Amino acid sequence: MSDSENITRTQRPCPSQGAAQLGKGRSLWSDGLRRLRRRKLAMVCFVVVLIYFSLAGFIYLAELFDWRIGPTLWAEQVGESYAPPSSENILGTDIFGQSVCRKTLYGTKISITVALCASFISIAIGVPLGAIAGYFRGVADEIIVWIYSTLSSVPYILLILAFAVVLRDKTIFGYKLTGITAVYLAIGLTSWVGICRLIRGEIIKHKGRDYVLAAMSYGSSERRIIFKHLIPNVFHLIIIDFSLRFVAFIHAEVILSFLGLGEADRPSWGAMINDARIELSRGVWWQMAAATAAIFFISLALNIFGDALRDSLDPKLRIQ
Amino acid sequence: MTAYIIRRLLYTIPIVFGVLMLTFVLFTLVGGDISLEIAGKGATQETIDEIREEYGFNKPLFLAWDSQFINHFKSALTFDFGRARDREPIIGKIKRGVGPSLALTVPMFFGVVIISVSLALVVAFVHGSIWDISAVFICVAGMSIPYLSFILFGQYFLAYKWGVFPVFFSPDLTMAQYVALPALIGIVAGLGGNLRFYRTVMLDEMRSDYVRTAFAKGLDTKRVLFKHVLKNAMIPIITRVVLAIPFLFLGSLLLERFFGIPGLGYLMIGAISSRDYFVINAMTYISAILFVVFNLITDICYSLVDPRVSLE
Repeated sequence: MSDSENITRTQRPCPSQGAAQLGKGRSLWSDGLRRLRRRKLAMVCFVVVLIYFSLAGFIYLAELFDWRIGPTLWAEQVGESYAPPSSENILGTDIFGQSVCRKTLYGTKISITVALCASFISIAIGVPLGAIAGYFRGVADEIIVWIYSTLSSVPYILLILAFAVVLRDKTIFGYKLTGITAVYLAIGLTSWVGICRLIRGEIIKHKGRDYVLAAMSYGSSERRIIFKHLIPNVFHLIIIDFSLRFVAFIHAEVILSFLGLGEADRPSWGAMINDARIELSRGVWWQMAAATAAIFFISLALNIFGDALRDSLDPKLRIQ
Repeated sequence: MTAYIIRRLLYTIPIVFGVLMLTFVLFTLVGGDISLEIAGKGATQETIDEIREEYGFNKPLFLAWDSQFINHFKSALTFDFGRARDREPIIGKIKRGVGPSLALTVPMFFGVVIISVSLALVVAFVHGSIWDISAVFICVAGMSIPYLSFILFGQYFLAYKWGVFPVFFSPDLTMAQYVALPALIGIVAGLGGNLRFYRTVMLDEMRSDYVRTAFAKGLDTKRVLFKHVLKNAMIPIITRVVLAIPFLFLGSLLLERFFGIPGLGYLMIGAISSRDYFVINAMTYISAILFVVFNLITDICYSLVDPRVSLE
């Protein structure tokens, strides 16, 4: 991740408005957001990401209230098999005559759900472990470092696949892990290493700072110091890290679905690409193109937005 | 120095132990008894019992000399992983797959490194210009296209439609013939992220003091770039290259599947679709061992080059 940090450092003209306006102090967040809002391209990308998220949310609502609209009716036959794109079906139809457009829209829900759940799982594991390791050091640190060194010595894709294969269709505590549950568990349980390492390093750095010493000196409990002082001070790093990691999660979901380890009976982008493997030789390109475009736009938007977010929030870059 | 190497060697033991624990938890505790699955539908109780006996599912998990826990360690440390679903020893399958996998990944990897490092030099040379900005944008766009799309469209257009390359692997093709297209696709797909990384490395170096000194004493940009910057940028480049080597043995999961190259990635995909835990277990373990060994070699090399390392 350090590459993007440095790239932007070189591109950005150094803003000197901090010195010019010696007015009221601003917090890191409001300052960062102000700077972010000034970047037109980043804001456009943010809107694109928002569209994807609200589409996913909207499909959840539609399924909950049983609204009969496009994406939830993906299973309906709207035309003949493999009809090319036309005014009737903008993106054509697949082998069963289902609308590719509806399937693509529905796939958004699967991808966003997987990426969000995987993010939550890996933050929930990585942040506390990293904070404990960095704050207490000693035996706890050794054990946590041992665990993540072990995990990171297995190639990432192999690790995800191994988890996904084993977890699929397993019943754990009476709950059957089907389809996307196994996918986001596999991604989440394997990708907390990066965030854990990052937080551990930052906490070690912050631990010697004055505000932590002050908190210690007036007798704050360790839990309070970690959760009230240290984590809020490194929290922007978590957000930056995840805006960039989200893309990797989406791509991982696509590969897992493609390998048949994902959602089996509902459309997802990976499954659409898997269908397209056979279709392409028959000249049916629209399903492939639709899934690719859907993945491409959210990845591009997240990549650009993540970089801009890093520029705006990372205080190390503000000094220059 | 010797003390450092010994310490570093000892440090690999907990990691190997950790990997063994991980695979044990994953495939034995969570994966569990899959003899029913192996036997298939409608198998008699005797067949199931036989399978259980062969794979050791009937043995206690812990706390016995013949427990599954001990056997898991034994098989891993002796590299004897038993037989795959088709009755062939797993280790033989892996040995057979290494060749084709390396034939694909080695040219692909070095192609990516050489092309992206040279492009990065060019981009760093013109940095700040419209060329630089558009190169970065193309990189980010390339990183956003899913890998599967690169493979599918590449295979469709270059092999199927225009017939420049063979579509699938077949035994009578020479290695160069069947590796060319997948390697090309791999290079194109990997270029975005790598170019961006190396560009950052170059630009980082270009802000160092010695570059300013070189410019100040009147050297031209070309000379500074090739004589000074490239040499210093080699350190992060070599680190990245060495640490990527163990992953080359794994082959490329998706490329091998699409082009039918009988390497380790292909073996892995087959194991996933037949849920052959034993093959996946062996692959996970072996790749982790390779990673640990290469990491060790890198660290020892560093300590030879940089005396500060061993003082820690």
